[in-house]
Amino acid sequence: MALETVHIQEKLTQQFGENVFRFEMQRDIFSFEANASIIHAVIQFLKEEEELNFHFLTDLAAVHYPDNDADHQFAVVYQLHNWVENTRIRVRAYLNENPVIDTITDLFLSANWMEREAFDFYGVDFKGHPQLKRILNMDEMESFPLRKEFPMEDGGRTDKDDRFFGRTTVNC
Amino acid sequence: MSDLLLTPEHRYAKIIESRRNEDGSELSILNLGPTHPATHGIFQNILLMDGERILDAEPTIGYIHRAFEKIAENRAFYQINVLTDRMNYCSSPINNMAWWMTVEKLLNIEVPKRAQYLRVIVMELARIADHIICNSILGVDTGAYTGFLYVFQFREKIYEIYEEICGARLTTNMGRIGGFEREWSEEAFKKLNAFLDEFPAVWKEFENLFERNRIFIDRTVNVGPISAERAMQYGFTGPNLRAAGIDYDVRKAAPYSSYEDFEFDIPVGQSGDTYDRFCVRNAEVWESLSIIRQALAKLPEGPYHADVPDYYLPPKEDVYHNMESLIYHFKIVMGEVPVPVEEIYHSVEAGNGELGFYLIADGSRTPYRLKFRRPCYIYYQAYPEMIKGAMLSDAIVILSSLNVIAGELDA
Repeated sequence: MALETVHIQEKLTQQFGENVFRFEMQRDIFSFEANASIIHAVIQFLKEEEELNFHFLTDLAAVHYPDNDADHQFAVVYQLHNWVENTRIRVRAYLNENPVIDTITDLFLSANWMEREAFDFYGVDFKGHPQLKRILNMDEMESFPLRKEFPMEDGGRTDKDDRFFGRTTVNC
Repeated sequence: MSDLLLTPEHRYAKIIESRRNEDGSELSILNLGPTHPATHGIFQNILLMDGERILDAEPTIGYIHRAFEKIAENRAFYQINVLTDRMNYCSSPINNMAWWMTVEKLLNIEVPKRAQYLRVIVMELARIADHIICNSILGVDTGAYTGFLYVFQFREKIYEIYEEICGARLTTNMGRIGGFEREWSEEAFKKLNAFLDEFPAVWKEFENLFERNRIFIDRTVNVGPISAERAMQYGFTGPNLRAAGIDYDVRKAAPYSSYEDFEFDIPVGQSGDTYDRFCVRNAEVWESLSIIRQALAKLPEGPYHADVPDYYLPPKEDVYHNMESLIYHFKIVMGEVPVPVEEIYHSVEAGNGELGFYLIADGSRTPYRLKFRRPCYIYYQAYPEMIKGAMLSDAIVILSSLNVIAGELDA
């Protein structure tokens, strides 16, 4: 029996109530949002609940949203995969400007370097991570380079301004 | 502060000190890499050694980190392809095609059957090239240079086919949004057929040189084994996972580019040791050859790219003589194409496992966020565990058998 999205949603809301919300299909992947404070429990439930069985952590990505409100400055996106049913799921947790979230290294060994990468580039502090230090950048670095406040190009450059291409905040 | 946060040198110095006081043993630190002829790429590992046996290891990575994710946030979609080349440069066409397919998925572009089949052919060629490198270099590391020199000329032939298709050899930048940049030439098919005729006998001979070779077996069997459970925990995908006995393959799990039209097996190993990894890659080459043959036999006629003038550059002569083409050309080059606001994850089976692109599009001409799921990066973290207790020379063999590509590791 295939793993129905309705079924997944039912199980999750039964377990976590209002802490999981915004269930939607993002193209081919079922996704939802979870409160950052319970993220460890959610991932553990997804992994260990017998029917859900999302036993493989495909990817972990941090995203920076400087234009969002204060509570949604950063997001950590987890993508899990159930190989038996061949179903993927995406969990998203938003964080404020001091991003702190529980580690899931005790659930997935592969999360170790993925979390280190997110820390390295976005400064997301994974509480309980055994070795949270920089991984691709040098240890002496102080900034978190993938945050949006670090532009790649000279900020004074105007020829690439969206307005010159007929694009406004309304039509894009 | 936890000791793990120290640099490995300081951490190991502490261990050496305490062990000396404890039982008088003389441990030592060995700095393997970053540039060492035996490591095929820029890998640094700080090893804690007891004589010739490895007690602990810590990889230091990032030596060729080029911030591709940051660069991608500042580039139009068609310009990101050249970044993907430089990740797994042993099989760049797979990365290229994976990127185009991600963009096509985002833009809802249906690619014609012919282009899909051609993509399958070139992706399987790239997989063969990738496995040739990995397996023959594993041979070199165990002391057999002959096999390497012998099969490497066939990687050269594959590169000549790439050259006919796109003009480049290593970093191919092949394809466009919606298909290929040009129809494959007669010469390309001629070279492809010649390759299919000549290569199987050579690969058979290569296998015979190694698979029952006493020296090779002694050096690889039970070296760096990993159980299926551990491999899954560590996020292994691709041949390294299949060598441990799990038959997960993205080509079967989520077929893309018409892989469902072809019949092929997924070779699996049992113990997940170096020998199994070698055998799985060997067997995969045969499957790839079979897929290429099937694709060539069934290759449909038709256009080699989708009819999407918004995203596919018009022919150059039209740009000079046709107003509409000029407009499209300008809009595409300036990155001014309509893009939906969506989140897409697309993955393919690359040479080393599941290569995924997690793309957040906000409607502008660049991705808002592009995360590469790089298989090497994820499974390389199992390396310290795999070499613990092994001899130094085994560590080199295990590293080659994992086929960690520095470009993909560091992105």
